[in-house]
Amino acid sequence: MTGPLQDIWVYLSAGPLLALTLTLLAYQAGYWLYRRVGMNPLANPVVFAVIVLVAALVVTDTPYEVYFEGAQFVHFLLGPATVALAVPLYNQLRQVRRSIGALLAAIVAGSLTASASAVGIAWALGATERTVISLAPKSVTTPIAMGISEQLGGLPSLTAVLVILTGVIGAMIGPPLLDLLRVRDWRARGLAIGVAAHGIGTARAMQVNEVAGAFSGLAMGLNALATAILLPLLWRWLV
Amino acid sequence: MLAFLTLLLCCQLAGELIVALVGLPLPGPVVGMALLFAGLLVRGGVPEALQSLAGGLLQHLSLLFVPAGVGVMLHLSLISDEWLAISLSLVLSTAITVAVTAGVMVGLRRLSPSPGDDGEGDR
Repeated sequence: MTGPLQDIWVYLSAGPLLALTLTLLAYQAGYWLYRRVGMNPLANPVVFAVIVLVAALVVTDTPYEVYFEGAQFVHFLLGPATVALAVPLYNQLRQVRRSIGALLAAIVAGSLTASASAVGIAWALGATERTVISLAPKSVTTPIAMGISEQLGGLPSLTAVLVILTGVIGAMIGPPLLDLLRVRDWRARGLAIGVAAHGIGTARAMQVNEVAGAFSGLAMGLNALATAILLPLLWRWLV
Repeated sequence: MLAFLTLLLCCQLAGELIVALVGLPLPGPVVGMALLFAGLLVRGGVPEALQSLAGGLLQHLSLLFVPAGVGVMLHLSLISDEWLAISLSLVLSTAITVAVTAGVMVGLRRLSPSPGDDGEGDR
């Protein structure tokens, strides 16, 4: 790249416009593809967008920090979107109230299962201690998972990536697995996806069914609370 | 719409303040969600404009995880060193968690069914 092209590149990489536009384009392309294959959970638009963007950054030799400088505007909206989850939750108030006992028991069981199985499997397969610890809060929404990981002695930035991967995996394998297990109740489906795959699972559940989306959002919040309280206590007791 | 966007941000800000002051092990936005939920309970309904704003934000919730997801490029070498343990742990543990959570929910609901309530809408 020389001359005017180089100038345009320098100009564009200094502002947020390019990273922001590319993020939206990559996601829209992924979403278009996802629609084309009948919303098959395996064609997750986040996976598509991440692969395209990582490839683009690697090819153009652009550091992640430069990309994030622009993409942070999209990232920021996670906060208000999390607050907005109160709306579907309120819409489903009667359903939530009716199954509150089963709901809380399922979330605590799921929270303990998620951490124990992730740690157990990684440890049995010989992962390093730092990786095992970083995996422990993998089903919890990113900011809390990073906090838990730091508290236990893991690597918070690795935990953030593992959390996103978990969300994508849960959104991909959760729905077919629930079909296989013949779980048809939208509340149980939403709850399971929300506990196992936090916000990415909730995003997927929300696109499919509002009841599932509301239960998934609730499960994400309560699972974060349960894991943040239980995991450090259990860890101290076991280690 | 602008008024309700401001409301969402105010709930988030209040959530952050509460977390910082009380030292809760929760992120500010989750506390903000609880605050908005409490507000809706008190008011007894969701205003039309808030309903559509929330719908718009949540329809493409997964887009908002893309920037953090691209961060995977920072840990590619660490992940490739331990790829087998990491991938098996993530896939198996996520599947087990989905199965256990749904199993406990369905099992307990079956023990105490409430009348006229099947939770199975159109799929």
